[in-house]
Amino acid sequence: MNSRRDFLQKTIQGAALATSGGLLWSYLVQRNAQAVPFALRPPGALPEADFNALCIKCGRCVAACPYATLQLAPVGVGAPLGTPYFQPRQVPCRLCQDIPCQRACPTGALSPQLTEITAARMGLAVIDTEHCLSWQGLRCEICYRVCPLREQAITIDARPRRLSKHAMLLPTIHSDACTGCGICEQACPAEVAAIRILPHAWVQGKIGDHYRLGWKQTDGITQTFTPALSNGENSSSAGGLDYLNDPELKY
Amino acid sequence: MLAIIKSWRFLILRRLTQFGTILLFVGSLHGGWSWFGQPLLRGDLSASFILGTIPLADPFAVLQIFFTGHLAKVEVWIGAIIILVFYGLLGGRTWCAWVCPVNLVTDLAGWLHHHTLPKNLFSLPRNLRYLILLMALLLSAIIGLPAFEWVSPIGAMHREILFGLGLGWTGVLGIFLFDWLVVKQGWCGHLCPLGGFYSLLGRYAQLRVQFNASRCTHCGECGTVCPEPQVLNLKQLAKDNQVLSGACTNCGRCIPICPEHSLQFGWRGTQLTNTYYPPQHHLGEN
Repeated sequence: MNSRRDFLQKTIQGAALATSGGLLWSYLVQRNAQAVPFALRPPGALPEADFNALCIKCGRCVAACPYATLQLAPVGVGAPLGTPYFQPRQVPCRLCQDIPCQRACPTGALSPQLTEITAARMGLAVIDTEHCLSWQGLRCEICYRVCPLREQAITIDARPRRLSKHAMLLPTIHSDACTGCGICEQACPAEVAAIRILPHAWVQGKIGDHYRLGWKQTDGITQTFTPALSNGENSSSAGGLDYLNDPELKY
Repeated sequence: MLAIIKSWRFLILRRLTQFGTILLFVGSLHGGWSWFGQPLLRGDLSASFILGTIPLADPFAVLQIFFTGHLAKVEVWIGAIIILVFYGLLGGRTWCAWVCPVNLVTDLAGWLHHHTLPKNLFSLPRNLRYLILLMALLLSAIIGLPAFEWVSPIGAMHREILFGLGLGWTGVLGIFLFDWLVVKQGWCGHLCPLGGFYSLLGRYAQLRVQFNASRCTHCGECGTVCPEPQVLNLKQLAKDNQVLSGACTNCGRCIPICPEHSLQFGWRGTQLTNTYYPPQHHLGEN
């Protein structure tokens, strides 16, 4: 009787200890994982949650990087301890054609599906127009000239000014081509870089599916567009929806 | 002199493999050590490549990744299987005593504990490591991150040596103080889930410490130096003729210290015979 009570008590105490220990443990791990937002990952890195789960912290991508771009994160840089990251202002990613870091990854945290380095999306260049020399009216455009995907990831728009001044030549980033290599960030002559690489999730908005950009033929909204009804019928057979544009309709 | 080296032979060999492993990693990373254009040992103790062809991987880390619901590339699975077979043959916890860098710290702490403050503050059950092992896998599944890898002082210390990240030493310092002043062999012998993992593997291991019951005088010398003295249960040993517990780290401390030479390394299932060790002067003494 006594031993059974002992056993039950020990079991409950052990379970309580394991639960509280586990809570503390997972708190520590998750806090470390959430310290992440500004970390820029090597090319091919999976989305942050999958990357963190798969990265075994072996440092082989770091060893494979010929430019010493990649480092294993030390304490206090915002990335989880021991995971690879890079700081483009110091050493940007040079976009090696053969992607040695990704090929060195043993777990697939750097996805083997990345075969073309220009398809890498490590981050997105963002221009602080208030401190960009070009946006102040000076001739700079260094970011444009160093960009390995010039005219795709970054373009220059000319903004004419009054007669005595030359036009402003304004750099603009295009997210569909920008790899986030950070060569522009390193090259920016401003004291603190006015063009920086940030994780997509931190800078990119989303328009929302219900907005229709009518002048873009590709989204299918044209003069002859007829939205499908919720019952599956085509609206052209339902009548009445488009009567203002249909001179033949008689009501 | 030769006798001293002989009696310390396993300790010397263990330090050689421990430092040698670290040196191979450091040399391949920073010194560019290579052979036929391939780095000797690229990576770290979590995952590496020998000469760019043979993958190695920490099977416990790969298991945790698996529990997060992610199938890693085949390469680490092959590496994990190679390591499993290797330590499955050579005694699971051989890794602990012969390779793990934290062993350097805990051995020192254990020595200090023995010579300065040989009283434990409290006792811990040795099976706690299996609970922590289970929790590491459960937590990996729940939070979706390899739970032990993210807090492992082993990985932290090893990466600290290789890459110098800072703060990785704090966990190691904690283990050192804990082992020295709080519980003897507290980390390696009670808490470390990787040690628990290799203990489970070690149950099937082939390299064992063999025991010759007819020579043993029950002096207990082996038990005083053993970091896991429960594996040297003499009654059990007399029955099995060898240390079968997976918790044995194959550190070889007990072998030279036995005054009767009744302990020897040998393959599982083989028997120590009286003539195994050069017996002349012992027979003469008897």
